[in-house]
Amino acid sequence: MISTSIAVQPGSLRQQGDHTAKVEVEHLNFYYGRFQALKDVNLTIRERQITALIGPSGCGKSTFLRALNRMNEIIEGARTEGQVRLDGEDIYDRDVDVVALRRRVGMVFQRPNPFPMSVFENVAYAPRIHGLARGPDLEDLVEESLKRAALWDEVKDKLKGSAFALSGGQQQRLCIGRVLAVDPEVVLMDEPCSALDPLSTLRIEELMHELQQKYTIVIVTHNMQQAARVSQETGFFLHGELVEFGPSTTIFTDPTDKRTEDYVTGRFG
Amino acid sequence: MSGLHAGRSRLRHLRRRAANSVMWVVAVLCVLAAILPLVLVLYYVIAQGASGINLDFFTKLPKPVGEPGGGMANAIVGSLILVGLASLVGLPIGILGGVYLAEFGNNRFAWTVRFLADVLSGVPSIVVGIFIWAMVVVPTHRLSGMAGGAALGVMMIPTVMRTTEELVRLVPMSLREASLSLGATHWRTVFKVVLVAAKGGVVTGILLAVSRIAGEAAPLLLTAGSSPFWSTRIDQPMPSLPVQIFTYAIQPYDDWHRQAWAAALVLVSLVCVLSVAARYVTRGRFRMVR
Repeated sequence: MISTSIAVQPGSLRQQGDHTAKVEVEHLNFYYGRFQALKDVNLTIRERQITALIGPSGCGKSTFLRALNRMNEIIEGARTEGQVRLDGEDIYDRDVDVVALRRRVGMVFQRPNPFPMSVFENVAYAPRIHGLARGPDLEDLVEESLKRAALWDEVKDKLKGSAFALSGGQQQRLCIGRVLAVDPEVVLMDEPCSALDPLSTLRIEELMHELQQKYTIVIVTHNMQQAARVSQETGFFLHGELVEFGPSTTIFTDPTDKRTEDYVTGRFG
Repeated sequence: MSGLHAGRSRLRHLRRRAANSVMWVVAVLCVLAAILPLVLVLYYVIAQGASGINLDFFTKLPKPVGEPGGGMANAIVGSLILVGLASLVGLPIGILGGVYLAEFGNNRFAWTVRFLADVLSGVPSIVVGIFIWAMVVVPTHRLSGMAGGAALGVMMIPTVMRTTEELVRLVPMSLREASLSLGATHWRTVFKVVLVAAKGGVVTGILLAVSRIAGEAAPLLLTAGSSPFWSTRIDQPMPSLPVQIFTYAIQPYDDWHRQAWAAALVLVSLVCVLSVAARYVTRGRFRMVR
């Protein structure tokens, strides 16, 4: 698959056409037992863009995000229908190795959840599992990942210290670095800033702009300003349905659907 | 005047305060009543046992009746070996069983295992002794350290298994998700992340189990037996502190009574030292702050 994207300044608006489809979702239905959490969702996530998913609590946006790396499967009674294609390949196909899938599609969670280990071990965990590097190579990889997560300068002297000694914002960047260590193609972020203060939030947003040059990012957020600031495309979820999907500028200034308009103007949610 | 100082409500206020004080006093008395026997036991053991403690006690073998001096070196070593053997049996089964119950225990089989473990933890230790006697001692025709270790190990399993299960359950789901989302398999997640996070509590469970079995005499009488000599071979009868205490305490000799008290003191100290050491070795450098 050839990407036609060109290096663009972070933050600048780009034409959709410049980006090939990375993840294509077709007729996705998802059920927790009898409850249907996602109803016939169709959307395309483009390469090296930030796609934001907004909507009120319980609208299915997190569920949708977790469908993209099959994290929903660990919930009992969960059932998925439809297709999610990563580079044209259906990730719900029976032959797909979920371990390999999750290496390509990483995830950052709502609350920073570092492992009870040292800073170094947190980042080295996944490369070790996948046998990517050892010894000095592993040290280089950890350094590189922490640099990409914009955390290296702050932790280079405390790599052996506990990850819990870091601040919340640092922990979250550590979690991002931990994901980047396996060099994924897509990074899913589930409200990554909701537990952070405004300054830490700003740092993460800046980081996302940088990461965008190399990775495809999908972010779920409650914060509409954040979605407007960081993303090129936005999808609005309501009651398990994707109400509207399009360029962020359109969604936030000139939405087609009345419900989207009501939500982004703060009339409910 | 409405509000805070009106007559009726003032009365009620006084009554509430009085009830509060009474309950506080009752609670404190109950705590004291609970601690008192513990303190008395410790005091008595130290008072009676301290005089019998000397270097010989730790380095020498028991002497025959009438001869002064002698020690219990063989029983101390024997107890350590027996506890070690028991851990060899009890810890892997207990910990892995606990992990199974916590991670995959949502079925009938696990429910049955849980029930049986609870029953087993309530079974009198002498019954476990009889069981191992029938399973090991009778076929091999001799009391042995191996049989003693097996009996104590069986007794460890329920405690270790249930505490491991409880503690593994307490590990936040978000840690499991983090590991799984990085492409780790379930078993790797359990061993590299979940058990590491639960380590402190699991160690506490192990210590409880070890403390309990270290003081058991009844099952060892039927399995490990005893011996006045050095015995480090696990296919031979093996002396232990609790059995030695029992043997010495029921004899009519003052010398032996003193030795028994000293042995009791050593046993109590041994358990304390083991606890502190285990806590030190496994102390969490990466404690989770929530």
